[in-house]
This record gives sequence, C-alpha cells and structure tokens, in this order.
Amino acid sequence: MRYLLALLALTIALPVTAQSGLPSAPYAHRQLDDPAKEADARALMDELRCLKCQSQSIADSNAPMAGDMRSQVRERIAAGDNPEQVRSWLIERYGDWVTYNPPVNSLTWPLWFAPIMLLIVAIFLARGRFKRRKDKS
Amino acid sequence: MIAETGLIALWLAAALALLQFALCTIGLVKGRDEFFAAIRPIAIAQGVLVTISFLILVWLFIRSDMSVKLVVMNSVAVKPLIYKISGTWGNHEGSMLLWVAILGIAGAGIGLFERTLKQRTLVTTLAAQAFISVGFYAYLLIASNPFERIFPVPADGQGLNPLLQDVGLALHPPTLYIGYVGLSIAFSFAVGAMINRDVGPDFAKAMRPWVLGAWVFLTLGITAGSYWAYYELGWGGWWFWDPVENASLMPWLAATALLHSVNVLATRDGLRAWTLMLAVVAFSMSMIGTFLVRSGVLTSVHAFAVDPTRGGFILALLAIYIGGAMAVFALRVGTVKEGSQFEPVSREGALVANNLLLSAILGIVFIGTLYPLFVEGVSGDMISVGAPYFNLATGPIALILVAIMAAGPLLRWRRDKAKALLNRISIPIFITAAALFGLVLFTTSMSTLSLLGLALAAGIAVASFAPLWKRNLRRTPMHTYGMIIAHFGVAVALVGMASESSFTEEKLVAASPGDEVIVNNWKVNFLAIEPIAGPNWTALEARVTAQYGDGAIHQIEPQNRMFPAAQTQTSEAALLTRWNGQLYVVLGDSDEQGRWQLRIWWKPFVTLIWYGGVLIALGGLLAMIGRLRRAVRQKRQREYAEALI
Repeated sequence: MRYLLALLALTIALPVTAQSGLPSAPYAHRQLDDPAKEADARALMDELRCLKCQSQSIADSNAPMAGDMRSQVRERIAAGDNPEQVRSWLIERYGDWVTYNPPVNSLTWPLWFAPIMLLIVAIFLARGRFKRRKDKS
Repeated sequence: MIAETGLIALWLAAALALLQFALCTIGLVKGRDEFFAAIRPIAIAQGVLVTISFLILVWLFIRSDMSVKLVVMNSVAVKPLIYKISGTWGNHEGSMLLWVAILGIAGAGIGLFERTLKQRTLVTTLAAQAFISVGFYAYLLIASNPFERIFPVPADGQGLNPLLQDVGLALHPPTLYIGYVGLSIAFSFAVGAMINRDVGPDFAKAMRPWVLGAWVFLTLGITAGSYWAYYELGWGGWWFWDPVENASLMPWLAATALLHSVNVLATRDGLRAWTLMLAVVAFSMSMIGTFLVRSGVLTSVHAFAVDPTRGGFILALLAIYIGGAMAVFALRVGTVKEGSQFEPVSREGALVANNLLLSAILGIVFIGTLYPLFVEGVSGDMISVGAPYFNLATGPIALILVAIMAAGPLLRWRRDKAKALLNRISIPIFITAAALFGLVLFTTSMSTLSLLGLALAAGIAVASFAPLWKRNLRRTPMHTYGMIIAHFGVAVALVGMASESSFTEEKLVAASPGDEVIVNNWKVNFLAIEPIAGPNWTALEARVTAQYGDGAIHQIEPQNRMFPAAQTQTSEAALLTRWNGQLYVVLGDSDEQGRWQLRIWWKPFVTLIWYGGVLIALGGLLAMIGRLRRAVRQKRQREYAEALI
C-alpha cells in the first residue's frame, strides 16, 4: 500500500520535477568545461541573490529562476565576459538588489565607511584607556 | 479544557511576574524589607506556572488537538512524535512561550540557588527579571495567544514546514533561547549591581556562570544551526550571512566580549563600566535577535506590517527594553569607577583589545544586517548585503583577534614586557610562518583570507596549549583547561573554514544508472532510482556507491522528498564522513533524456568547523563547572573557618 502511494505521489510530482530541466537553461546544473572559467562563474554566483528566494544566493537555490540565472552567468563567462561585466549586466536588469556585494554609491557609502569608523573609534578608546593609566602611574 | 488550563496558568504566571516586580520595587524604594521574604517564593511559583503552561501546549501538540488554532496551523496528525513536540516551538506563538518559560525557570533558579549576592542586589535582579517577563507575557496574552481555539474544528492540521522536520532543528531554537535568556539574566544582575552601586568582584562572580552558560548554549545553538543549514538545505554551504543567522551571531559576539571582560572584573576588579556596558549590549542584542527574527522584518520591511498589532508591540517592547537598559546604564555609569589599573602590555590589555575588536565586528555585522532595511525604509531602494561585504569587513579584524587570542593567555596581569611575550610565543610564530611558507609554495588559488587563516590556525593550535608550559598539570584549575580547549577549538574551526572555502571540489553531472563520477579520490557510482515512502512523505531515492581510493565501498542514498501535507519538496543530502573530510551527494531532478542530476562535493576537513564549535562550547562548560566548584569549595572553607572562630 505504501509503495503504491509512493508511486502515486511520484506520478504527481514528476511534471513538477521535470520543469527546471528545460533546455532554455542548459548550464543551470552543468559546469563549464574550462575549470578556471567555472571557478570564476562559481565565485560570481555565490555573490548573486536569488530573487525569488529568501536570502539565498543563486549558487545554492533550487528555484527555477536561480537555475536560469546560473545558466546565464555561465554562458556569459564562457563567451568571454569577465565576472564584473556579467555583474553589471545583471545589476542593469534587476537593480542593486541582485548583488550581495553592494556597489559603493551615494546610497551605500555609510555601509563601507562604517567598518573604518568603528576601527578608528576602537583604537581611540583603547588609546585613551592606556594613556590615562600611564600618566597616573 | 486543557487549552484553557494552559491559558489560565499563563495569566497567573503573568500576574505573579507583575506582583514580583511591584513588591521588589516598593520594597526597594520604601525600604520595606519585610516584602523581600516573599520574592523568592513568588519567583519560583512564577517559574512553575509558566512551565506548566508551556508543557500543556506541548501536550496539545502531542495529542494533535485540532480545536487549537496553533496546532492546526503548525501540525498534522500523521507525523513522528518528536516533530509533534518540536512543532510546539516551530512557530511564532509557541516559541515566544518557550522563551518566557525559560526566563521563568531561570528566575526560579535565581530564587532557589543564588546565595552570595547582597539582598538588595538580589531583589533588584529579580525585579529586572520580572520586568522583562511582564513584557513577554503581555505580548503573548494580548498579541499572540498560543491557546486560541478554532471553530469549526478542522479534520486535520496543515503540517509543519518539512525543512523543520529534522532533529537538528528540533533542538536549535531551545538552545538559542536558553542562551538569549541567560544573557537577559546576566543583564538583570547588572541592573541589580548598578542600581545598588554594588559593582565589583562579587557581582562579577555571581553573573559569570550565567554569562558562561548563556555563551555555551549560544555557541552550541549557532554550531547546530550551521550544521543543519549545511546538510538540510542541500547546497553544502555552512554560513550564509543571512540576517537570521546574523541575529544569532550578534548576541554571541557580545557574550564573548562580556565573558572575557567579566573575568577582569572578577579577578582584578577592573573594567567595571566596560563590563556593565557589554552586559547591556549583550542583552539588547538578544532582544533584537529574538524579536527581529520573530517579527519577519528581516525578510523585508514590508513583512513587518502584515500584522500591525504585533509589529507595533514588538517595536514598543524593543524600545522599552533597550532604551530602559541604556537609560539605567547612562544614569549609573558616572558613579562606577573603572577600577584597578593596568598597562597596555598586560593580560588586561589583551582582553581590552579582544573586547574592542569583538565590538567592532559586532558593529559591522549589526550595520551590515540592518542597513538594507534602513535604506528600504527610507528611500524604498533595495540593496543586498552579503558574504562579500561581511568577509571583507570582518575577516581581517577576526584574524587580528585570533592572533591576540594566542598571545593574551601568556601575558601577566597588570604589567608585562613585550620582549618576554615574544619569547614565550616564539614557537607558535615560527609555526605560523612555516605554515604560511608551505601553503604559498604548495597550494594555488587560495584567497588571502583563507591562507592567513590556515597559517594562523596552525600557530594558535600550538599557542593555545602554551599556558600549560612548565605547570603542574594536575594542579592547573579546571577553568584554565576550559580556556585552553575553547581557544584550541577556535583554531580547529578556523582550519575547517579555510579548508572548506579553499579546497572544496564540486561536480555537477547528469547521470544515468550505471554512470561513474570521479571527484578527487572518490569514485561515485550511480546505480538506480527507487521510490520509497516514509511516515508523512514519499521520496525518490538514489542508490549510490562511493569508494575513496582503494578503500571500502560505501552505500549512500540521497533522497528527494515530497511532503503532500505541505506541498513541498526537500532534498536529503547523503553524507559520507572520513577523518579528512566529507563527501556530499545530492539528488536533483531528471531531465528529458531520463538522466538525473547529481551534485557531488568533496569538502576536505569541513567537519572541523563544527567540531571546533563543539570544542569551544565544551571549553565554556568546563570553565563554568570549574568556577562553580571553586565557589562552592571556597564557601565551605569560609564556613569552616567561621565555625572555628
């Protein structure tokens, strides 16, 4: 009975599972033959957001759209684009939302400025502490 | 009736918390010391009642009582018992009830066991604990009643998210919550000490076990969560810099800083104000961790407005608690002297550096997590902040931090000489340099961060044991061993992280039955696909064999599961663990030629990440036990000495 049920569920599930294997995204689940280019593509995919998911990169998402985007990235890299060109092309299409590596611009400068500020404050705090001690001793 | 009993118990517990707060406050303000006798029993009764309420909710989930709305929304009658139980806290209302139950139990624990603090400090501590509880009770009773009934009673429930049906995740939330609550208790102690101007070694010693305990649970919770994400999500990633993960990392960072500075306060009576501030920050971060994750605001600012009552409530509670904590600190910090002094090159100096760097990392994670929300809220623009930002901004600081971690324990308190330190640490420095040289020579394409991380880890692994040099191993106190094991755990985890990010090999293939795939030294054979059925799911299971070199042939079965109740699919990765890494095999979908996607990774030494995490937690546990045992021993000696006089 269990076996039958499993089979039944399978036949229902099959059309769903077959969808993401559409020929439109040949490289969704296929690596590039050139290892150096694949490494470039992989590094870039890790930094691109899957737009249909909740905080996942396209490199680790099951969503069909992530598969399409993986394929696009690999195809572009294979065609000779460098990763930054591919990234800017995707940003043009989907906006800054798509990249986990936020570009530095009028909107994001505080983000990049903050770590430096924090470190300066930390060093200042530490210095102040020690100096006082030295003066007193 | 059972659900109503649970609700009544919750109301009573809430009333007791309010009474506890009122009696403490009146007693303190009006100097009515006779009120204080009632505080401990009330705290204990409050803990018992809220625990009963929580257990009743668990019971409703076990019985699959479909007349209760929460059970309907989050459970289903056909499901393994353990996931019925864990379903209790796999949802908003239930997890908030678990939170407040743990807080109640912790309060009862203080009432039962805390004997060293001055009475007024203890009473203030319990007042703060009650005040925090009251907010949670109000939130539960007004905005998210877990015992709400549903009519008409549906035939069956909607099921628990299949991703959450996993032993790792069953234990993950309670572990983190115990950590969060522990930090809120530590904060309650800080309030007690601040208000009664009692900030000193005694207060630090009373607070320290709670900080250590909270830290141990947070460490375990984060480690377990990371491993869960690694094997359950099916893509082999172990840390995503996801806002939800960051929300658990931030309290951990603050707790790590706090547990180091509380030692300075307990041992040397220094860093008083700084320790108090870290207690406030750690508490604020655990509140943010709890509420932001629960409110849904982290996914999008707009998700916050889905339920305006809850959103508003959460914001108000956050404002009251964090604002209140900051206000108490700001009002009292002026009266707190920083305590005994020290020179830059000293154990205290290293601990100050530890604190500042941890705080800097905390600040970066905080800004990186919340800045996208801020931008979205202000201008409506959507930006993403992820791994590239966090790795770049926190990575170098983290490396400096672990280098100081190696040196700190070798420094003397108060004052030391830089030259003497260099002498003591010469062997680890040599090992680091040699490792760096070897790695540059023999590896290709390692990122700078991984390269430095791996080299430093080699040196730290040795340096962490250096405090035992020329010491009587049997007389070395347990908490020193705890520190050594925790620091060694950091080195172990660092090796795992650097190795995983540098040496992972990936193969994505479309395979037909009978195909062989080679990954590193592994021969992976895809034999067949078969349908199977579990208690509440059906699956396609791949029969795969894997062989490392000429070793034994292992059978593994990666699955693709269908959960009919929830209409979702999950992939169950198959993992093969060797001493030097893990083989990770995932079954994907089939293509039109009838081939199946297989994702195969060989991840050298990846398991060290979580072994490291477990070692860190174990170190904390040893330190806690060692400190508690020493406290008990000293108390006995004191009593004995008093008896002699």
